[in-house]
Amino acid sequence: MSEGSVRTTAQLAEAARDPVPAIAGIAAAPVTERARPNAAAFAPVAWARANLFSGWISTAVTLALIYLIARWAIGFFDWGILHAVWTVPETATGPDASACRDAKGVGACWAMIGDKYRFILFGRYTYDEQWRPAIVVALFIGLYAISAMRRFWRKELLLIWIATLTAIGVLMWGGVLGLTYVPQDSWGGLPITLILSTFGLALAFPLAVLVALGRRSTQLPAVKALCVLYVELIRGVPLITLLFMASVMFPLFMPAGFNPDKLLRAQVAVILFAGAYLAEVVRGGLQSLPRGQYEAADALGLSYWKKTSLIVLPQALRLVIPPLVNTFIGFFKDTSLVLIIGIFDLLTAGKVAITDPVWQSYSTELYLVLAAIYFAFCFVMSRYSHGLEQEFSRTVRR
Amino acid sequence: MKRHILSGAMLLGATLAFAAPAAAQGSGSATIDTIKSRGMLVCGVSTGVAGFSLADSKGVVQGIDADTCRAVAAAVLGDVSKIRFVPLNTTNRFTALQAGEIDLLVRSTTWTLGREANLGLLFAGINFYDGTGFMVKSASGVKSVKELDGATVCVQPGTSTELAIADYFRLNKLKFTPVLIQDQNEIQNTYLAGRCDSYSTDASGLAAFRFQQGPKAEEQVLLPEIISKEPLGMMVRKGDDKFFDVVRWTLFAMLQAEESGVTSKNVDEMLKSTNPDIRRLLGAEGDLGKAMGVDNKFAVSIIKGVGNYAEMWDRTVAPLGIPRGINNLWNKGGLHYPPPIR
Repeated sequence: MSEGSVRTTAQLAEAARDPVPAIAGIAAAPVTERARPNAAAFAPVAWARANLFSGWISTAVTLALIYLIARWAIGFFDWGILHAVWTVPETATGPDASACRDAKGVGACWAMIGDKYRFILFGRYTYDEQWRPAIVVALFIGLYAISAMRRFWRKELLLIWIATLTAIGVLMWGGVLGLTYVPQDSWGGLPITLILSTFGLALAFPLAVLVALGRRSTQLPAVKALCVLYVELIRGVPLITLLFMASVMFPLFMPAGFNPDKLLRAQVAVILFAGAYLAEVVRGGLQSLPRGQYEAADALGLSYWKKTSLIVLPQALRLVIPPLVNTFIGFFKDTSLVLIIGIFDLLTAGKVAITDPVWQSYSTELYLVLAAIYFAFCFVMSRYSHGLEQEFSRTVRR
Repeated sequence: MKRHILSGAMLLGATLAFAAPAAAQGSGSATIDTIKSRGMLVCGVSTGVAGFSLADSKGVVQGIDADTCRAVAAAVLGDVSKIRFVPLNTTNRFTALQAGEIDLLVRSTTWTLGREANLGLLFAGINFYDGTGFMVKSASGVKSVKELDGATVCVQPGTSTELAIADYFRLNKLKFTPVLIQDQNEIQNTYLAGRCDSYSTDASGLAAFRFQQGPKAEEQVLLPEIISKEPLGMMVRKGDDKFFDVVRWTLFAMLQAEESGVTSKNVDEMLKSTNPDIRRLLGAEGDLGKAMGVDNKFAVSIIKGVGNYAEMWDRTVAPLGIPRGINNLWNKGGLHYPPPIR
């Protein structure tokens, strides 16, 4: 994935630098197409012969790998489906896990997920009110879907975001419209992960653009110094340090009784951290734009902000889509670090779920489920960026 | 190096400057006033330790620490449900209490001089007596820790257990090879797989681990030596003696209730009892509760809401298979000795 993206960026950069490479781009396309027909024109058999069985070493490796993959797949099928325990009887003192204990090592214990899935997804959120975080997760996914569609890319989208995020806040906290109040301490699970990453990236991105522009500015040395200081300071420490500062040190500096929400403090730390990294990505995009673009905009007599918003940023951001998405994916997973300050995000809630003595030895099942959830989100992000990238490169080539 | 000293000094300064007013401001019963005006006790617990404080499948925090918090809520506010739990881990637990984020910390924390002298915090009582123990396979025939010379011991790195074992073996001129594994699950699997001769952690944890083995529990033996003292208790900020009293006597009231045979089921009948000790405990006589700054019938709220100590124990710790042992009352061979309520 990343290799491909880098190449595309390079092509894009090349294309943007000079109008001629647009022709070069067309010229380059047949080259790849010419290389491919050998593989694509014939049936899969020919492809397999060319790529998997071209020599005796290649054949041996292929066969060995097929054998290993098949064995692993059969083993997984045996463990995960055939011999798995799907439910256990409920007793007065809790679930009776003896069936799982007997199947240990032979079959998976999915009953553990069945018993704990609501805790893993929603943490300590009031049990009878858990439809609220469920709607919040759906709202988040809907928000992502709408934002992903290009036909919704207009000013109204900002209003949709504000409205949705307000609705999410109302649903999570409650206290109005007849919803009972749920303090932030008892939030947990997937909504926390989505809140931290969505708010984190949504607020870090504008910050990053401003910092990147500030760092490139030549007329405002003070602003530039400030931006350099911010980026270097934040990038110089691990995220864990920032989270510790926010959670442990910050309350000591505040007067007694004044304690901003723990989640808010973590959120600010995430925004600041993501902001510094994204700023460097955006700056990379700004730097790769040829000077001619700036000069042309100046020649047209555009003001600084018009030049930036109409000429520079649209091109610069397009160039850095792959690294941006890379950072997004990284941060989506980095939010799990809040476990060290006692916030129940998806991963922490899962870990707490297997602290229950009944389910203590079924961590494999839990981590598989958590991995599947994280993978689903990250994979969709990466596929989407891939699509976006191709769409943009098509416009550039044209 | 210079930067280390500087940041260390800053940290120290910040701690002194801000922790001190936080403690001084709580003179009289500021904490109780805050709890009453908020209508809720904010209690710091662990993010998840089975038997002490662990959220169940419905997200309700269960355990002996959580119930101790609930008992304090019952004493101050008369209602066990008026409580908010703040999950904390070992790094931010003391700061949260120092900064006033929580009113009370009940997080299986060991009472030591260092903590009480350095942190501006105070232990209000011991709700669980624990200690470092050893487990071996019964097939090995080992009967005492003294026979473990040259053994491999599975232990979590960076814990007080690791330190206690090293001290104990050095003191007794024995040799051992530690096998350090961070994750508790992994350490248990490693021990079961036979990579270590012995597994060492808190005795309560060992008992729970043995119990989880179900029918195979007989294959594991807990050695009789408990090599370190780990009294776990409730912590409050220094400087608020009245709240300290309430927390301390909440636990004593639960222990006294067990000693006097008062349970959540018979508490209403016991109110009519003629036994002066019981009458004073339940506030049917005297003004002991009022003198402490809470309702005279505070013990009734506690016992109705959480039960006496034995009921709390049976609900939270006993299902893990931990024997009552030294956590019994003084007259049953244990260490819990509630001073008279009179």
